[in-house]
Amino acid sequence: MSAVLPVGVPSLDSELARSETVWRAAWRRLRRDRLGVVSVVIVLIFVVLIALTASGIVASGWQREVGVPSAPPTFLGPAPPAEQSVAAAPAGPRVDISAVDPLAPRYQEWAERAAKYKTVEQPKAQTLPFGGDRVGRDVLAKAMKGTQTSVFVGLLGAIVATVIGTILGALAGFFGGRIGDFLEWLYAVFTSIPDILLILSFAVIFGRGIGSVAMILALVGWTGLYRQVRAEFLKHSTRDYVRAAEAVGASTGSRMFRHILPNVSHVILVRMSLLVVGFIKFEVILSYLGLGVGVDDVSWGTMLAEAQSELILGYWWQLVAATAFMALFVTAFSLMTDALRDALDPKLRGLE
Amino acid sequence: MTAYLIRRLWQIVPTLLGVVLLVFFLFKAFGGDPAEVLAGLNASPQTVEAIRTQLGLNQPWYVQLYIYLKGIVTFDWGRSWATNESVAHLFATRLPATLTVMLPILILDTLVALPIAMWVAYRRGSLGDRAIMIVSTLALSVSFLVYIIVGQYVFGFELGWFPVQGWSDSVVTNLVTYVPLPVMLAVLVGIAPQTRLYRTFFLDELGHDYVRTARAKGMNERTVLFRHVLRNAMVPILTNIGLALPGIFVGSFLIEVFFSIPGLGREVILAVNRNDYPVIQALTVYLAMLTMLINLAVDILYKLVDPRVVLK
Repeated sequence: MSAVLPVGVPSLDSELARSETVWRAAWRRLRRDRLGVVSVVIVLIFVVLIALTASGIVASGWQREVGVPSAPPTFLGPAPPAEQSVAAAPAGPRVDISAVDPLAPRYQEWAERAAKYKTVEQPKAQTLPFGGDRVGRDVLAKAMKGTQTSVFVGLLGAIVATVIGTILGALAGFFGGRIGDFLEWLYAVFTSIPDILLILSFAVIFGRGIGSVAMILALVGWTGLYRQVRAEFLKHSTRDYVRAAEAVGASTGSRMFRHILPNVSHVILVRMSLLVVGFIKFEVILSYLGLGVGVDDVSWGTMLAEAQSELILGYWWQLVAATAFMALFVTAFSLMTDALRDALDPKLRGLE
Repeated sequence: MTAYLIRRLWQIVPTLLGVVLLVFFLFKAFGGDPAEVLAGLNASPQTVEAIRTQLGLNQPWYVQLYIYLKGIVTFDWGRSWATNESVAHLFATRLPATLTVMLPILILDTLVALPIAMWVAYRRGSLGDRAIMIVSTLALSVSFLVYIIVGQYVFGFELGWFPVQGWSDSVVTNLVTYVPLPVMLAVLVGIAPQTRLYRTFFLDELGHDYVRTARAKGMNERTVLFRHVLRNAMVPILTNIGLALPGIFVGSFLIEVFFSIPGLGREVILAVNRNDYPVIQALTVYLAMLTMLINLAVDILYKLVDPRVVLK
């Protein structure tokens, strides 16, 4: 039958003859999960948005004060003008006091000097698409830029934590013995300190900034992944295929990372996406407390920190913008993780 | 049992030593110079040098480590650099406020989540089950921060049901006036993930053969659920509560910062902002020790809940 079909189109026979790879089977299962597909699409939209903000095409001018302070969203219309009390003009006749005014001779000179500097009065928008913050920056641009920061911190932290956890877990699970004991001890040390205290201790030392927040979260968050990777390596290291690889002379490193690692990579991927969500939430809290990203950056956490005082004055839009972006991304990402887990490890389905 | 206890306590020693070493070298290697932090910005070099000598910072690192270890063993945590208050006194005065807030949260959380989780697991797949799962996914996606900001604004500021923030010296006033709002918000937020987790535990138990056997021999559902399933599900639930216990000592620092509750959590944040190393170091070591002891207590509790558990 395959001879009849044009070359390049996989025939049914050859499909069946080769057993399906884990990833292909997972993709097949994922496509059937409608909620999963929707969440993947939403996450992809966010990825595009982040790529656009990171390359400066969108929201690069989030720091510009384009509107009046706390400009309301466009659909609400401009804020009613505040009542101003104008001081009454003095009634008496104008008296020339230049004879006694010690500054009088210099007025002319100052006026000339001032004329050298041109100031362009920027017309400030009365309303902005989704409102402005207290200095008149566009909340929508801030939210998009903040999405980039928050997601980047979460992703970078999760990737570093995954690398640490995978390497240590692989070493502990594969070798056991002294190395295993030492790593177990390290694990016990890290897990005996409550997470938040460990994060704060690291925060004191590393200071602020996007990179250090990601690093702090990674150094605290690797333990769960380590534990799982270790268990998987422990299980796999005595399996036949690994022994066979050893028999044909595969080196230790090759057995660990070329043979076992691909077989446990789905576990790692699921764990990593769980870490992303957790780290994003931690970043928001750290930034709120002033221990997160630097003052020149904007993230969902810094937006929420500003929103707290704005809310009392009735300016709710920054809070809503940050919350909406965060809720949409985190929900989509969590659902994607669930779908991913169901697709990659069908045994776990329905447990949660 | 006694042998088990002694062995477990003995096992704590190397881990605790690890925590101490981690904290010591972390701050030694990456933290700023304590003498300069202490002396302030306008200090003369002589002052800095004097402080350095006083703290033993001129000594080699192993002497410093010895001084540090001695402090821990003798429960002498030193003094806060910022306020010169002794760290032991700081713990003693801040802990009650934290517990006043955190204990009600833990108790209410468990008491509310348990029946809901049981009901949801029992009616697995029903509308109520799915609704609760969806709500909990959605609720989890927004930062806790948003709930406190909005909750404080709505209930404290707009409706005026509770004071926006505050604290008093009387436990009763605190419990009646200042605690309800933070506790209510924390429980509302915590209930969803808690229910989700406990539901998993119940589902796990409901799938076992003994449940089918009990039903087959005509036992009524109430007995099956409360005498058999609940008792078995208590093991993972207790583990979970045990894991949450050390957390109540740090408190929800976010709640404490937000509602100006003078507890340990707020003190930690203050210490972090002031680079107050002794407070952070002591609290870290102290809580790590507490965590390990609580884990031990939970393991012993298993034995009481489930006689099949063999402690070894």
